[in-house]
Amino acid sequence: MLTQDYFELFGVEPGFEVDAERLMHRYRELQKVLHPDRYVNASDQERHLAMQQAAQVNDGYQTLKDPLSRARYLLTQRGIEEAPEQATIRDVDFLEEQMELRETLAEIRSDADPQGSIFHFLAALNAKEKAYISQLSAAFAEADEAALNEAGALVQRLRFVRRLQQEAEAIEEELL
Amino acid sequence: MAYSDKVMDHYENPRNVGSFEKDASDVGTGMVGAPACGDVMKLQIKVSKEGVIEDARFKTYGCGSAIASSSLLTEWVKGKTLEEAQTIKNSDIAEELALPPVKVHCSVLAEDAIKAAISDYQQKNKE
Repeated sequence: MLTQDYFELFGVEPGFEVDAERLMHRYRELQKVLHPDRYVNASDQERHLAMQQAAQVNDGYQTLKDPLSRARYLLTQRGIEEAPEQATIRDVDFLEEQMELRETLAEIRSDADPQGSIFHFLAALNAKEKAYISQLSAAFAEADEAALNEAGALVQRLRFVRRLQQEAEAIEEELL
Repeated sequence: MAYSDKVMDHYENPRNVGSFEKDASDVGTGMVGAPACGDVMKLQIKVSKEGVIEDARFKTYGCGSAIASSSLLTEWVKGKTLEEAQTIKNSDIAEELALPPVKVHCSVLAEDAIKAAISDYQQKNKE
């Protein structure tokens, strides 16, 4: 059986900062070991197990590779329960900023230079994402209860930023 | 996914879109967001001295169900007292709009928005 702990599975130090190269290297190793070609002559049971493990390895890699899902995984591991999917936030300053960004994006197609505008919009959004990620890193380094709660709030903000990035990228695609 | 006729109606002809001056003393503003879907909703109420909601406005960035939920809510709260508006449940909105289970969270957002708007008004106007 494979370990349930993704950090252990990939042999990387548990924490927000992960060794991306090591992570990918170990991922490829595990993929090779579990490759269906190696189980052609195995029993159904063995083949089935290898398939399950390969799926687990994929999930683990996707979870640790992305800073947002890594943060969510870490918070669960540290016993910080994630708010239910229906939970809403009332952080007025943050939401007002989100609203303004949404307004800008909604009107970007009618700009004089929509391609330039969407380029700058995405660049600003990516900078914001980076800033949140480095704040997350600081919060996880601190690791006391207050810092982990702060990390939870940052995760929620990052989810809004991600959503906005998806929408902006879709518009960029459309404008190309 | 197919939207109900009522959702489509509110989505295509949203009622009461816009905003009031948020610093006015007779205005309550509720600003809420749902991290799960990235939706942002602003709901404002204009309240008479007697505590009756005279008018309402909303601005929502999100899916059709979120827009319809907030549009419907602005219609519902007009003419209601703050106490009556406080009792509106997300399940009432979901039922009226025939929201499928995966979209029920949009009505939760609307319920939280009216509660936030009422509490903002009360904060501003407490003696």
